[in-house]
Amino acid sequence: MSAGRGRLELRDWLRVASVGLRARPLRAALSALGIAIGTAAIVGVLGLSSSSQAGLIAEINRLGTNLLTVETGQSLTGGPAQLPREAPARITLLDHVEQVAHTALIKNTYVYRSSIVPVAETGGLQVRATNLTLLPVLETGLARGDWLNKGTARLPVAVVGAVAAQQLGIDRVYTDQRIWLGGQWFNVAGILNPSPLEPDIDVSVLIGYPAAEKYLGYVSVVDGEQHAGPPTTIYVRAATGHESAVQSLLANTADPAAPYEAAVSQPSNVLTARAAAAGTFNSLFLGLGVVALIVGAVGVANIMIISVLERRSEIGLRRALGATKAQIRTQFLAESILLAVIGGIVGVLAGATATAVYASTKHWAIVIPAEAWTGGIASAIVIGAVAGLLPAIRASRMPPTVALRTV
Amino acid sequence: MSAATVLELDGVTKAYGEDPPVAALRGVSFSIRRGELVAIVGPSGSGKSTLLHVIGTLERPTSGLVRIGGLDAAQLDDRELSQLRAREIGFVFQQFFLAEHSTLLDIVADGLLYAGVAAGKRRERAADALAAVGLGERLKARPTQLSGGERQRVAIARALVGAPAIVLADEPTGNLDSANGEQIMALIEELNRQGATIVVITHEHAIAERCPRQIRVLDGQVVSDTAKPEAA
Repeated sequence: MSAGRGRLELRDWLRVASVGLRARPLRAALSALGIAIGTAAIVGVLGLSSSSQAGLIAEINRLGTNLLTVETGQSLTGGPAQLPREAPARITLLDHVEQVAHTALIKNTYVYRSSIVPVAETGGLQVRATNLTLLPVLETGLARGDWLNKGTARLPVAVVGAVAAQQLGIDRVYTDQRIWLGGQWFNVAGILNPSPLEPDIDVSVLIGYPAAEKYLGYVSVVDGEQHAGPPTTIYVRAATGHESAVQSLLANTADPAAPYEAAVSQPSNVLTARAAAAGTFNSLFLGLGVVALIVGAVGVANIMIISVLERRSEIGLRRALGATKAQIRTQFLAESILLAVIGGIVGVLAGATATAVYASTKHWAIVIPAEAWTGGIASAIVIGAVAGLLPAIRASRMPPTVALRTV
Repeated sequence: MSAATVLELDGVTKAYGEDPPVAALRGVSFSIRRGELVAIVGPSGSGKSTLLHVIGTLERPTSGLVRIGGLDAAQLDDRELSQLRAREIGFVFQQFFLAEHSTLLDIVADGLLYAGVAAGKRRERAADALAAVGLGERLKARPTQLSGGERQRVAIARALVGAPAIVLADEPTGNLDSANGEQIMALIEELNRQGATIVVITHEHAIAERCPRQIRVLDGQVVSDTAKPEAA
């Protein structure tokens, strides 16, 4: 007689392992719930951090990493410095520079919704003079209305940044839409979309250089001639792949006389750092997920021990039908693993769904890292095996005559 | 041992506990030939349940020989004993032991689960076994839809599905009213006529007397055996 001929097929194992679960589905569902919650928390945390990272990386890719800025820094004595008025024109001449724009922060000039708003309530908004190429360089679009043109740049006409528009209570553009800027009325021509690379633009109200000169007196004198300016920030689009070459030349080109007074930076670095931070897990939630998994494992172990006691006659019957001790042990171990894996699968689906819903509301790419769901299922298998081992051994060691004794 | 002998017990003892050991079986010897219908009868505490467990290889004797289908049970390990039960021994219990959530077909097919028979074949043979006990039309029914007598028929079908060398029926009518009990005994007699070797363990003399051979046990010993000399 060959003992091997009594082996069960996989299909039989699945059926035998699910006997207890099919007999008491509610109990099975409740004991799998702990594992489902734990797995969902872990998959959700990993999924959300990966998705938000993917969202930021997509944004960085969209905006490009080739935007460089030159700002006025500080003079050697610590006082305020100034960029030369001709700096943008000089930078335009550099190799690998594709586009240049510039703005000038006009200090001590504030903007209000109307003339009756108290002077102190500036709302942190800035007034900037701008040249006309700003939007393509920043790759910022218009939410409403029009951008400045050669004509409106000379008139008391402004375009407001996304945050500034909110603060000023402007959500649409119409004729005679006005704001109180620097002690006079300016018409609003347009509202900008948010500019993630240059958040300063979001809180700014932009007017043309000629208008700044004419209405706000923002001028500098070069060679005895009066000109609008100087710029305080220069935005440079370098050819992709040549960013660092251009960056190394910018300070000297902008201000050959005092290059140390020009502060050069790459705004996408901030977003890259944020993306890196978003990729790190929220360890608190991850920890809670692990705790839920442990509680779930204890629940499964508890249910399996009760199940072995309740199903003594089934164990005795199976032994009488020819099941070996090993087959009884495998049956209960498989049942425990099956229970945990069902919990794990439900958890992975719930975590993935939560990630998908949240990521789509944020317009991120939905990213469920492979290690999150494979890890979730794998840990469920391990939990099921560990939780079920002791009850399974107990079941297999139960003498058939004891098992068949009616309670 | 003659070729027709399916079960042989020789000087079987079984003692429980250590200090002092309690003897449940004291030197039981008899043999059963193929095709017999035997009643093992005795009052409760006489050792007949222990005898059933020893014959069914669910328990090992303290001493003595148990030979089933020519194999010495003492020489077999757990796997081999399990295979012996799967192939050579069928059990019918007083409490039926039917899985409530399964169909009759699956319950009976499970009688072959551990015998190494492929799933399709198991169900085929289960359908035949259910037909043999008169439940051929109710393959998809569940035990909760059956009367007590019908449930015991299912259990008998499960015991017979593997065509074992011997069927052990432990108080098969114990949980049934007299009408159902009568039907089950009639079924057992019919199955025996068709060739099955059946041992009925009972404390009821009325049941025992329906069997051609009766082995009476008392205090762990065989006190009488109605076997014809050539059968003993």
